[in-house]
Amino acid sequence: MSEAPGKAGNGLKWNNWNLLLLVPLIMLITPLINFDGPRLLGLPFFYWSQFAFVIVGVLSVAIVYVKTRNEPVDTSAPDRLSVDDLDEGEAK
Amino acid sequence: MQWTELIIFALLFVVVTVLGFVAARWQRGSTLDHLDEWGLGGRKFGSWITWFLVGGDLYTAYTFVAVPALVFSAGATGFFALPYTVILYPIVFLPLLRMWSVSRVHGYVTPADYVRGRYGSQLLALLVAVTGIVATMPYIALQLVGLEAVLRTIGLNGSGILGHLPLLIAFIVLAVYTYQSGLRAPALIAFVKDILIYIVILVAVFYLPAKLGGWGHIVDTAKAKFDATTTNPNDGILLNSNNQLQYATLALGSALALFLYPHSLTGALASRGRNVIKRNMVALPAYSLLLGLLALLGFVAISAAAKPIVNQATGRADSNTIIPVLFDQQFPSWFAGIAFAAIGIGALVPAAIMSIAAANLWTRNIYKEFFRRDASPAQEAKQAKLASLVVKFGAVLFIILIDPQFSIDLQLIGGVIILQTLPAVAISLYTRWFHVWGLVAGWVAGMAWGFAMLYVIPNPAANKAHFGGSALALDKLSLFGWHPFSGSTVQIYVGFVALIGNLVVAAVVTWILRARKVPNGLDKTQNSDYHADEGDPRLKEVAVH
Repeated sequence: MSEAPGKAGNGLKWNNWNLLLLVPLIMLITPLINFDGPRLLGLPFFYWSQFAFVIVGVLSVAIVYVKTRNEPVDTSAPDRLSVDDLDEGEAK
Repeated sequence: MQWTELIIFALLFVVVTVLGFVAARWQRGSTLDHLDEWGLGGRKFGSWITWFLVGGDLYTAYTFVAVPALVFSAGATGFFALPYTVILYPIVFLPLLRMWSVSRVHGYVTPADYVRGRYGSQLLALLVAVTGIVATMPYIALQLVGLEAVLRTIGLNGSGILGHLPLLIAFIVLAVYTYQSGLRAPALIAFVKDILIYIVILVAVFYLPAKLGGWGHIVDTAKAKFDATTTNPNDGILLNSNNQLQYATLALGSALALFLYPHSLTGALASRGRNVIKRNMVALPAYSLLLGLLALLGFVAISAAAKPIVNQATGRADSNTIIPVLFDQQFPSWFAGIAFAAIGIGALVPAAIMSIAAANLWTRNIYKEFFRRDASPAQEAKQAKLASLVVKFGAVLFIILIDPQFSIDLQLIGGVIILQTLPAVAISLYTRWFHVWGLVAGWVAGMAWGFAMLYVIPNPAANKAHFGGSALALDKLSLFGWHPFSGSTVQIYVGFVALIGNLVVAAVVTWILRARKVPNGLDKTQNSDYHADEGDPRLKEVAVH
């Protein structure tokens, strides 16, 4: 039953730009940032480097957004209205 | 009593109350008697409204009060809130879009609705719904803790029931306009709240360090204090070898958990389209910056020698008052009043959204599923409105009748248990490989193990033997009595460990059931549903069915 009819269209759409989303995770490697110096405006490296990662995070997501924006919206599911209507009674 | 602060607080509170009631007419749909309208604001919020709404939803008053309080008392470990809210958006960017699309095509209002559609399992949906409600309730109570911290600093620090009266009044007002206006109320109020918060924090992080001798001096003072005290071996302005793993896993676990909370999803599902969500994933970190700056105020409080206020209701010093006390001490009273209003209103926005989310779960996945299968949309909306009242008063009773510390413990547990719905709610967005019974088994295992681990964590500083935090020393990690890391003092986040246990159990059970070809539930969703966007003819009409 699990593979019901109408599984048309791709389940997944991959784009290599998506890999950029992994970059901010680098900040979780604490041995890289757990230092007092060099300080910036008096703040230890541990703190200001993590603030810098806010910018890294924003840039990663922004680039992925811009680069994948023009992907065609998937409308490859013709004739599904009838299935939808059948489901209505329970799904809603 | 600080009269100036009280008057400014009261004035701003009146302003948002008026907004809360007016919100019912704002961007009005055809009816408010439908969950799409009452519970999701008509599913048509654009980028700006979503930014304020989700920002007000995720960065709560409790966060604004508790994170600096943690940095004040423990130092670097409290700063985990920054990496948590930085990695959050890259992680949820893709799955959240799939969740929005499939929910929009099928008219899902809650994560449990989705699970019901994806797996056709009443039981799994019920588990997700109950987990969501149980995790959200103490979170609402904590918003009250944040609000009360402010009220007590203003001077409304009575003992007994009388001491809770201001809180009760604030919450009755909130309950009434949420009942009337639904999600539109917090969406509109969030504008006021966030603008106030931004002003206050920006002034605070520039003005206070200048006044107190610069960040360098402030951090050094904090370091001296941490070095001088010996009660907590893991405090300090940097992490040590014991708490680095805890820091990273807590940040990661919290990021994975956040959008499993029903209230976070409510904010996302209320948006108009995928592009709104994408833009918000880029823009929401502005709040993270704010949260990080705010966290540093914990050090400022040390440097300014601020002392937490003793809560007259419990008789203990309440470290959550540290930021309000700092503002009270360092700012002219009119500005402190604005700051308090920002935090206080900051408690109302998430409390309203959370109660709506919990009410949606109750209505859609328990009431409609088990009590009134034929409930009409109008009856659903009525039921949800009533449930939102019950949820809020439940939270108030929690704070009044039980030690607030209990809510904090529960919130800690809440984070661990909501994470156990990750395989059913998030992984299933990508694959139905996990078997429905595997997911149930994994949930049971993750919950049981999570509780068992939380139970054995002591907190010597608070004189507690159990539920003393979420950092488990690996020494205590036990697999049916076997201690693989015996003697290790390295700490790890309990939720993360429980999630791994959950996934392993789910995978093993799935593997067995797949080998035996046990049916894996009925999937009502189509692959293409996960990519549908605004304007797509497949989207379900809003507030019609």
